[in-house]
Amino acid sequence: MHTDMFSYTVWIPLILLAAFLLVGLLSDKLKPLVAGLISTAAILLAAVLAYSAAAGYFFGAGLQDGHYTTLIPFEQLWLRFTDTLVIKMGILLDPISVMMLVVVTTVSAMVHIYSFGYMKGEKGFQRYYAFLSLFSFSMLGLVMATNLFQMYIFWELVGVSSYLLIGFYYQRPSAVAASKKAFIVTRFADLGFLIGILLLSYYTRTFDFMTLTQPNSGILSSAAGVSFMGASVLTWALVLIFMGGAGKSAMFPLHIWLPDAMEGPTPVSALIHAATMVVAGVYLVARLFAVYALGAPAALEVVAFIGAFTSLFAAIIAITQTDIKRVLAYSTISQIGYMMLALGVSGYGSEAGLGYTASMFHLFTHAMFKALLFLGAGAVIHAVHSNEMTDMGGLRKHLPITHFTFLIAALAISGIPPLAGFFSKDEILAAAHGHYPLYFWSGWFVAGLTAFYMFRLYFRVFWGEDRQYEHKPHDAPPSMAIALIFLALASVVVGFIPFSHYVSANGEPYTTHMHWQVAALSVAIAVAGIGLAAWMYLRPGTVADRLAAAMPGLYKWSKNKFYIDEIYLWVTRTLIFKGLAWPIAWFDRHVVDGTMNGMAWATAQVSEKIKGLQSGQLQQYAYAMVLGAVAFLLLLLYWGA
Amino acid sequence: MIEGIEVFDVLVVSTAMFFIGIYGFMVRKNLITILMSVELILNAVNINFVIFNKYLYPDMLQGYIFSLFVTGIAAAEAAVAIAIILNVYRHMKGIDVEQVDTMKY
Repeated sequence: MHTDMFSYTVWIPLILLAAFLLVGLLSDKLKPLVAGLISTAAILLAAVLAYSAAAGYFFGAGLQDGHYTTLIPFEQLWLRFTDTLVIKMGILLDPISVMMLVVVTTVSAMVHIYSFGYMKGEKGFQRYYAFLSLFSFSMLGLVMATNLFQMYIFWELVGVSSYLLIGFYYQRPSAVAASKKAFIVTRFADLGFLIGILLLSYYTRTFDFMTLTQPNSGILSSAAGVSFMGASVLTWALVLIFMGGAGKSAMFPLHIWLPDAMEGPTPVSALIHAATMVVAGVYLVARLFAVYALGAPAALEVVAFIGAFTSLFAAIIAITQTDIKRVLAYSTISQIGYMMLALGVSGYGSEAGLGYTASMFHLFTHAMFKALLFLGAGAVIHAVHSNEMTDMGGLRKHLPITHFTFLIAALAISGIPPLAGFFSKDEILAAAHGHYPLYFWSGWFVAGLTAFYMFRLYFRVFWGEDRQYEHKPHDAPPSMAIALIFLALASVVVGFIPFSHYVSANGEPYTTHMHWQVAALSVAIAVAGIGLAAWMYLRPGTVADRLAAAMPGLYKWSKNKFYIDEIYLWVTRTLIFKGLAWPIAWFDRHVVDGTMNGMAWATAQVSEKIKGLQSGQLQQYAYAMVLGAVAFLLLLLYWGA
Repeated sequence: MIEGIEVFDVLVVSTAMFFIGIYGFMVRKNLITILMSVELILNAVNINFVIFNKYLYPDMLQGYIFSLFVTGIAAAEAAVAIAIILNVYRHMKGIDVEQVDTMKY
């Protein structure tokens, strides 16, 4: 059997769980360096296993009869409620889960190494590494889940790890607020996810991905037949599941937590909030893609629209932000929007599923260059001790390695050939064009905006004049430089992977060709964006300020992130707190509590009045007893007979 | 059955004893006298048992046996009661029933 040769993959997450338990329980008893080394060794071992699994899958056992099969090398019954409601834990290998294994272990390993330099001397170093291991464990469990319920469990576990790591500096109120915000917003979205899971599994009688994504099995027909408010129950279920994905992947309007999540340490932002956890939503839709495409194309339209809108919306905000991590956060939101768009416009099939391939391809390349951008930004912050662009300038002389790798990543995300982002973005735009031209033009415009805001960031940080620095900025120490250089190399080469040979919607390999017109258009607008950024920010001048003054309305809206946070605050404070919670609290305090207190008060009053009966005088009691006996006797005499 | 004594006469005696006991129980303040009153009540009942047995069912024994029971229980009760009274005396320096009111509200 082919599945037997992959049975070792079950150790990939378990090694990390062991590392988490070891480092987390011993914590302060370990020397910081030892704790870091344990976690790093665990993730490197997991990465080696993941690579060998990927090689074994893609170049051997995976391909059977011309298409990639889904393998389940390990599955264990976990809970049995009824005969149909059983929850299993297992390992599922198919092209996208194997790809995610590589992405997660690679980026996580790089972040582990990088953190030796970045977190050096930080209080809670051991705790930090324990949480990193916990996160890697949960993320790997999520991508290899065999059924929706297992995925949901690990989905919440990555949410918890994200919460713990955003709030790593728990003595800073802003970090505490940010972690709480991230947790509550994603939790709210997960409510939709849970309802979606329950709806879907109620009608299909299964949680298993294998059964759900089997085309032509007729398993979806029962749910597709029942309709509710003008759409089939299946559509509702899938839209609700997408809501969970949108929360995790920071799609509009649930994106508000991600920029605030930048309060966490920068390597964490690179790992969780750029490369791995935030793409879980994309992965979820891709995992259930057969259900979406075959059962409810309407839900896929929702995915496409939200993706396209979010990518444009976040890119516009990214232009005016001055905190470098926030620019990158909005850039992440925008790029994930791209991935969602690509999934939304995709059809089911090999050639028709170009969008699916493109989405996974972009997920892969984006993980590399966005992790690199964040780690580069971390190196800059490490050097100048500030997040604000206004405190930076002329850093290319002081940080040559960071400068060079950051430039590569910026070019990659802008879609300049031959770097990774160019290929994946080209496929996304081609897929969008085949579906609906408006999506293509909005995606094309976003490509220009992306190039512009990335190079605005790049020029303002690395070019221009030196600022007053506390001390002379120093370049990344070796541990950080290794990670930067490795990811820079990855950002250069991963674009050349013939992705469609490995990942397609129905598992059949096919060959894509360059879409020269699309490529020419997107490169043209990327170069234009870079040129505009250079013209505005490279020369000493006030072009940018004058432009902002010329469009005060637009500038202000973008700078204030379209007031989405304020809308949320208004809804929660005014509508929910004042309009709903306050009257309910009043009712609870005055009516509900009042009734209870009144009953207690009445009882107390009555007992106060009658407590004199309990005088403790034995003879009074006897007197009452005799009187009572006489009274009963009289009653019996006159009425009894 | 006993010459010249009707059952009614005996019942008058036992009723008188019973209510003397009740009266003593409610009026006397000394715990020992209260105990004595209780004994009066019990013995009034005993007389009733014996006299009814004798006059109504002369060939049966239940009434006599029952009065023996009551006497036995009364003896045990007196032992316990006197033990309690002794303890009350130690704690309260007296055996006045009105003193013993620590169990009130």
